[in-house]
Amino acid sequence: MRDGMIELLRSLGHALSGAFQTLGFAARFFTTILACSGQSFRRLHLTIREIYFSGFQSLLIILVSGLFIGMVLGMQGYETLQRYGSSEALGVLVALSLTRELGPVVSALLFASRAGSSITAEIGLMKATEQLTAMDMMAVNPIARVVAPRFWGGVISMPLLAALFSAIGVFGGYLVGVVLIGVDEGAFWSQMQGSVDFRLDIWNGIVKSFVFGIAVSLIAVFEGYDAVPTAEGVSASIKRTVVYSALAILALDLVLTSFMFRGV
Amino acid sequence: MPTECLVRINGVSFAYDDRPILKGIDMEVPRGKLVAIMGNSGCGKTTLLRLIGGQLKPTGGELLVDGQSVPAMAHDELYAMRRRMGMLFQFGALFTDISVFENVAYLMREHTDLPEEIIRDMVLMKLNAVGLRGAHHLMPAELSGGMARRVALARAIALDPMLILYDEPFAGLDPISMGVIGQLIRRLNDALGATTLLVTHDVQEALSIADYAYFVADGQIVARGTPGEIRASSDPFVHQFVFGEADGPVHFHYPAPPFEEELMRGDVHA
Amino acid sequence: MNRKLLDLWVGFFVAVGFAAILFLALRVGNLSSAGFAETYSLTAKFDNIGGLKARGPVKSAGVVVGRVAEIHFDAQTYEAVVVMKMDSRYQFPRDTFASILTAGLLGEQYIGLDAGGDDRMLQSGDTFAKTQSAVVLEKLIGQFMFSKASEHIESK
Repeated sequence: MRDGMIELLRSLGHALSGAFQTLGFAARFFTTILACSGQSFRRLHLTIREIYFSGFQSLLIILVSGLFIGMVLGMQGYETLQRYGSSEALGVLVALSLTRELGPVVSALLFASRAGSSITAEIGLMKATEQLTAMDMMAVNPIARVVAPRFWGGVISMPLLAALFSAIGVFGGYLVGVVLIGVDEGAFWSQMQGSVDFRLDIWNGIVKSFVFGIAVSLIAVFEGYDAVPTAEGVSASIKRTVVYSALAILALDLVLTSFMFRGV
Repeated sequence: MPTECLVRINGVSFAYDDRPILKGIDMEVPRGKLVAIMGNSGCGKTTLLRLIGGQLKPTGGELLVDGQSVPAMAHDELYAMRRRMGMLFQFGALFTDISVFENVAYLMREHTDLPEEIIRDMVLMKLNAVGLRGAHHLMPAELSGGMARRVALARAIALDPMLILYDEPFAGLDPISMGVIGQLIRRLNDALGATTLLVTHDVQEALSIADYAYFVADGQIVARGTPGEIRASSDPFVHQFVFGEADGPVHFHYPAPPFEEELMRGDVHA
Repeated sequence: MNRKLLDLWVGFFVAVGFAAILFLALRVGNLSSAGFAETYSLTAKFDNIGGLKARGPVKSAGVVVGRVAEIHFDAQTYEAVVVMKMDSRYQFPRDTFASILTAGLLGEQYIGLDAGGDDRMLQSGDTFAKTQSAVVLEKLIGQFMFSKASEHIESK
């Protein structure tokens, strides 16, 4: 019984110190990426290539999901609002939900599973096949050459994807609300414009997605770089990228929201 | 030694955490020679290459490349030294997302500002040297194991290095590819005036091309000599290794309590 | 992949992304309408501001002429102090009447300005002399019932 307790405490301590160690390594890794970033911007084509892979190739899923979510918001919002006789406020509801919350959060979740996981897989496989070691032996810094461009590609793509998600979502809400259900078009747009503030709602949404972009990209490149260099190790890392990204996005969202919209 | 040494290793030891891998290695690699390091799997041969390349730091001893101490080098000096080294990895480690041509051109693009036409000519020259000029447009996934190894070889010699390191260049190859790679290693060493350090467990192939050979076992050098001396050696370890005998100084069995005792006990899982 | 083609697609992606931000800013948000080029500030004190919020509109004759910049509480007079950023294109006489009104029955609250007849205009930093507080529904109902009750007594 007592041995069991000690054993439990010991394994808890092990897990805790392991977690701190990983966190410390991640912090050191992050500063190394920042230190190496000069190189990846001087040779811009490396970063452009990564924007293509993580940004452009995520366009389809972002646009389709954004449209659907906007349409669902239009239907559900109308259903609720018309009970209180204020269906003209549909535009406000759709636009605020998207720009403040759903746009940044859902697009970041999609980005983590579409682009984040593939970044992890790519870097993990390069590690497993000794490509990173080979690079290092060729006097090419793998963090500057492989990791930093992918990190910045993700950081740059994320806010653009989130803005696209929100914009197409508003359009989806418009399609359902105005075109399909027949809410007055003028009221839809004017109420929206009257209540959606650029700085408070839209800009804060962009800031959120930027922070999510940093978090997801960092988790993705870190898990790839830290992967156990075997097939099982890489697949475990991909899983961790998706899970940790989702947790980080939602936790950061809570923190950012409480800072941004407190008392308003 | 009368000839000048490119790589000099004095009493180098290395340990992962508490597990010793190398226990006091002494070794010399003369300029222009092809030196083979042999030993069974897991004896620390690859670790030795990593130490020479500066990817690991020894826990003790002295390690000089071209008269400079590798463990004492700062990051920039280390990278400057690595530019004069070429390394062939165990499974080639080609960059899988770019073509054969780009793989060989990689270092030229990274480290030089040569115009595109010159890079093109140089890449085709290197590929021609390994007999794969016709395959320059292929992707690494389309190559056989032997071809991938040759492309990796072309990439390793892209910038005419002074020292070429080979980590198990023969692993997983059929006998023909093995012979091809062996001859290439020898020819490239002589043609480039480079120095070659070859780590392998393939004794026959290595002895047929090397100028000098070291045998490593259990983190120590157990035998050394020219191929002729090695073949004639009466050392039981060398004999076992050269002739591939199942049992000898290197045991077939992993250390365990006596077999009869363990069978009688019947509670291995307890 | 060809580097030129790659650049093209990435350029397209970035352009579409910025277009989306522009769409959000101009069509969805109020960047086009809310940004007054030059502003001056006015202050008004109210006994009760009801549900007025910072950034709420200041309207005169139904046209937005300013926005509520900040709201705080004056501990000496126990009044709410509302600071407004006014569009400098519009000037108001010194005896302008500021009241807190509600858009519709349950809509958002805003400050309504009824211009007076004074020759001198309010300058930046000035305070409105006459204000009317928000109508609190509970008080209104209370008053109504009280007056009904007194009518009832009088008529007897």
